[in-house]
This record gives sequence, C-alpha cells and structure tokens, in this order.
Amino acid sequence: MERVKLKVLIKFLGPVAREDLEVKVENSEELKNIIKSNLDKKWLDVVAIAINDNIVSNLNNIKDGDVITILPPVCGG
Amino acid sequence: MVEIYNGGLPVEEIFSKWYRLKWGGMLLTFTGIVRDDGGVEGLSFDIYEPMLNKWFSKWEDRVLMAHSQGNVYVGETSFMCGIYSKHREFKLIEEFVEDFKATAPIWKYDLISDKRIFAENRSKKLPNAGILV
Repeated sequence: MERVKLKVLIKFLGPVAREDLEVKVENSEELKNIIKSNLDKKWLDVVAIAINDNIVSNLNNIKDGDVITILPPVCGG
Repeated sequence: MVEIYNGGLPVEEIFSKWYRLKWGGMLLTFTGIVRDDGGVEGLSFDIYEPMLNKWFSKWEDRVLMAHSQGNVYVGETSFMCGIYSKHREFKLIEEFVEDFKATAPIWKYDLISDKRIFAENRSKKLPNAGILV
C-alpha cells in the first residue's frame, strides 16, 4: 500500500531567511531532517518552530497543508 | 494591529494620532531611538507580521504600538508604544516591553558599512526553542 504523504510549506525567517520550501513528507522525523539539512548547525539548538503560526513543543502532529515556520532568537525595539 | 513602517518612524505624526484617539486620563509613551553604538550606522529589522499581530492581540485593548522594518539610522526611531488609561500605568508599560522583547517575532541587525549583521548576542530564544536537536 502506498504511504500517505503530507504536503507542507516551510518558511525560514529573519537571519535564516531563504526561499520557502514546499515538501512532501511521510512523518515528522522526515520533516525534521529536511529542516535540519537546510539550516547551518549553529541554529539547531536556538530556533523555535511554529505550525500555522503557533509555536509548538514537538512536530508530532503535522497535517497536510500545514505551514511550518523556523524562528531564530528575537530582538525587537 | 501593530503599525508597521518602512524605515524610521514618523514620531510626531504617530504621537499626534495617538494623542487624539481618546480624551482624558493619560497617554504614556515609550520611544526607542537608535543610538550611536560603537561604529554602528543604524539598525535593521525583519518582522513576521502574522505572528506579531497574533502576539499583540492580547495587548491591543490596552496598548498602542508602532515598529519599523528595514533600515533605521542613528537618531531615528524604530519602536514606539503607548498606553492610554485613566491613571498612570508604569507597571503595565514595563510588563509590555518585557513581553515584547522576549516574544515578538522581530529580528534585529546592526548596520555596519551598509551590511546587516544579526544582533545575535542581544537576541532571545523563543519558547520551546531547540526542538530540532
């Protein structure tokens, strides 16, 4: 049986900005690996991630059509 | 909604607009002016507007806010916030600015020789940062 693929859009913001990536993944582990391979190592332990503009504590509940945002440390003002 | 401007804020225009919004009580404003800080020509900002407005929605019945995106040079203003109230609200403005600094999705760069250098040391990790590790 063919596995279901989820289509998600990944946005990289601020100092990690680059073109959005539209990818098809089977699960959150695959998504995590794609994000990691598109980020310099130094960002891995400092970026937060939002799904549909809500910051999440894990990527376990991704759905087809989700927008994933990569958020480096912030400093307004 | 946060009022977002390209480049430095038109401070007088924003102030007089806020000043005329309501009558009576007090308007407490905070104005963040870019300082001459060791050879820096200015600051530059990226903003992620959808999440900024989402964050701001819990404040917007009490607080007014304007912020720059792009380049803002020394002596220009990049951030204004204001509180309209019947009475003084010093604590509230402090709480607001703290929350703003810690969680508003805005990224700051120093402008040095027209290059943007990410202000890494002044930036704060967002909640749940590090889940990729």
